[in-house]
Amino acid sequence: MSIGRILIANRGEIAVRIARSCRELGIETVLAVSEADRDSLPARLVTRVVCIGPAHASASYLQPEALVQAALGTGCDALHPGYGFLSERAGFARLCEQHGIVFIGPTSAQLAAAGDKLAARALAQEVGVPLAPGGDVSSQDAARELAARIGMPLLVKAAGGGGGRGMKLVERAADLDGALELAAAEAGAAFGDARLYLERFISSARHVEVQLLGDGTGNVVHLGERDCSVQRRYQKIIEETPAPGLPAGMAGRLHEAAMRFAGRLEYRGAGTVEFLVDAARDEFYFLEMNARLQVEHPVTEAVSGVDIVAAQIAIASGQGLRLARGESHREGCAIECRINAEDPARDFAPSPGLVKSVRWPQGEGMRVDTHVEAGTRVPPFYDSLLGKIVAHGTDRAHALARLRAAVAMTRVEGVATNLALHADVLADPEFAAGGVDTAYLPRLLQRRVAAAVQHG
Amino acid sequence: MSLTARDIAQITRLLEDSSFDELQLEIDGLKIHLRRSGAPAAAAASEPARVSPEAARTPATAASATPAPATVDDPALIPVRAPLLGTFYRAPKPGAPPFVDLGANVEPDTIVGIIEVMKLMNTVRAGARGMVREIRARDGTLVEYGETLLTIDPRVPG
Repeated sequence: MSIGRILIANRGEIAVRIARSCRELGIETVLAVSEADRDSLPARLVTRVVCIGPAHASASYLQPEALVQAALGTGCDALHPGYGFLSERAGFARLCEQHGIVFIGPTSAQLAAAGDKLAARALAQEVGVPLAPGGDVSSQDAARELAARIGMPLLVKAAGGGGGRGMKLVERAADLDGALELAAAEAGAAFGDARLYLERFISSARHVEVQLLGDGTGNVVHLGERDCSVQRRYQKIIEETPAPGLPAGMAGRLHEAAMRFAGRLEYRGAGTVEFLVDAARDEFYFLEMNARLQVEHPVTEAVSGVDIVAAQIAIASGQGLRLARGESHREGCAIECRINAEDPARDFAPSPGLVKSVRWPQGEGMRVDTHVEAGTRVPPFYDSLLGKIVAHGTDRAHALARLRAAVAMTRVEGVATNLALHADVLADPEFAAGGVDTAYLPRLLQRRVAAAVQHG
Repeated sequence: MSLTARDIAQITRLLEDSSFDELQLEIDGLKIHLRRSGAPAAAAASEPARVSPEAARTPATAASATPAPATVDDPALIPVRAPLLGTFYRAPKPGAPPFVDLGANVEPDTIVGIIEVMKLMNTVRAGARGMVREIRARDGTLVEYGETLLTIDPRVPG
């Protein structure tokens, strides 16, 4: 079917991003906004705006009925969920399906399969994708037995969802019972699903993910991998492609593994399979599949030339992949910094407020995805992402030099940001060498604190 | 020649799809004057091209081709706002008399309309005592969260 009008069920930079591709495709857009976002930049870029509820996300962006009603009432054929909010809720996709609104993403059944971490682990095993040693927890006795087999340290994880909620690190066997109890309570509250599983904690690992596109009938192509190891409390802040310094042949093995997983699901749309990579041992483990557009998709777009949002829309309207297996051609290297409104001086607490002035970088090989301009109010109700600065270069050193220049050019007045942290990371020799693991950023932050104490 | 209600609906669509706010048409002595309601131009530029199944229950009539009533600029009037986004209905079912009409006296708990979201009917109450002065939202159309459905003059009855 052809899609003529899309409801954008999201806000901020990703709403701007989706609206841009729609405009290029000649597709009309209706933006569903909360009361706090009526005057936002994306609201000025779309064909029409409808207010779906008050500022709190639980009463607006997380209301499936209001969003589907808004799509129906404004004559939309399709809905783009963006990332976060309802983007991975199988029930939301089902509601769209039931009302004849094309959900731009996977089917509700695929969302359910990818969202249940235990089912996803089972599927990974079935298609021969390596898993970190672990398994599900049926009782406390079974958990103790399993823990003894896995060894310490280990992670208690929630079967019903990710994002660090319901996740506990256990370093001593004696702490297991307490961690299980706490994790079950957290997971129950966050996901309405208290099921848990255990997984070996891999202390020195890199986070590498593979970008996929599937046509829904079993054809899947990859657009290369991204390294997202620069994280603080499971929140990525810098991502790049290709992943620097992987052992020989590993990138290809990751791509193949990701395609096997998504192929078995007959996955439809854009999705990402995440892996933990132990470069020293030349091993990798399946982590999870994110069945949606990722925040960090622009680095892949920069090197592949593929507009991933346009590809999502093409798949949703039945045009298939338009890109045969192995056809994806990638050039150079791209790195992204997520600029957040958060205060490094207050342990990165969100820093909402009025942006008095802002200067985003401009130049060869630079891209900025943002909804923030002078006068933008950053509401306290949503995530703190202000924008993403992406630099593309012929190789990593080139991209890094451009990104350093881009970050140095950027000014945001009115709210606290993590710009200085980005400048520090980009200037750090360890990061410049490439291939840092997920423990890198916490280490760097400790060094910064120590240096501040010394100078203070 | 004579114009049918269908013709007028089509002319209305012409205006809705255009970037103009007003249209005056004179054919064989018949004058039609259409004007957009106070909605911002960007919003009005894309009236739904497809009518939702819900909205189809109350088909658009020629009444929709009449100019939208000018809104009354009186700060004393109390707006009754949509408590949620959905399809607004002035009557409990198609063909039934409306819950309230212009000039009706209402109490805070008087039902003034219903808003349907996914087959769920939510009643809207006046929330104030007074007389219905304006009915701004059209029957069977999508209303946004916070949109003014009607206004109440609290001075009458005095």
